[in-house]
Amino acid sequence: MNAPAADPAVMLQRVSCDSDVVAARQLARRLADELEFSRPDQALIATAVSELARNIVNYAKEGEIEICTARAGAKTGIKVTARDRGPGLANVELALQDGYSTGNSLGLGLPGTRRIVDEFDICSDPGQGLVVTVIKWR
Amino acid sequence: MGRRVPIVSQGDLLIAAVQEELSDSDIQEMQNHILLEVARLSATKVILDVSLLDVIDSFGTRMLSDIAASVSLRGAKIAIVGIRPEIAMAMVLLGLKLENIPTALNLDHGIAILRDGS
Repeated sequence: MNAPAADPAVMLQRVSCDSDVVAARQLARRLADELEFSRPDQALIATAVSELARNIVNYAKEGEIEICTARAGAKTGIKVTARDRGPGLANVELALQDGYSTGNSLGLGLPGTRRIVDEFDICSDPGQGLVVTVIKWR
Repeated sequence: MGRRVPIVSQGDLLIAAVQEELSDSDIQEMQNHILLEVARLSATKVILDVSLLDVIDSFGTRMLSDIAASVSLRGAKIAIVGIRPEIAMAMVLLGLKLENIPTALNLDHGIAILRDGS
């Protein structure tokens, strides 16, 4: 028996430096283009991935971005999971407020990302890492 | 950096045109490059053409603001031109603003803005 083939629709980008951030958002844009998202939506998806990937580099140093096609009934979308083993968030509610930042940033990354996607889930385990999952439906 | 963001000058006008997607450190490098060229050429007007930028996120916005602020401190005027419509839309939804920085549709309009204001 052959090992089951990896699902070609799942793309993984290791993220540990700023050129990985660019690679991750290009990957997302390519899939969004293949799934025939509108140009404005492609830009939103690429921007969301850029913010999520940058958070990994800034706060966790390294992690990964997983991008795949999402389907629910007749709906098609793009699902992005940002995963790291960094410090996580001590206070998720606070981190989702506009203008809140522990780093040297505008504090718009997470709240902004939440505004531009359709589904947003954040799972923080303080000291163990952070998993942010977002979906944008077409 | 020169290849990614070539800078050309004409008289006291300096034009920096982003050629491809830039990483965070590329953008920081571009800031230094622009400031050095402004000083070297005694430029008083700067146009930053970002029409080839695919994404302007929170970091990119902050860097563009920083570049504009530092160029102003050098006594030069700056206009950012060519922000794509879909990028503009994404920036608004994210709550990102380029406050007090003149922006224009394209190079011609940008040059007109800088000339009119003098």
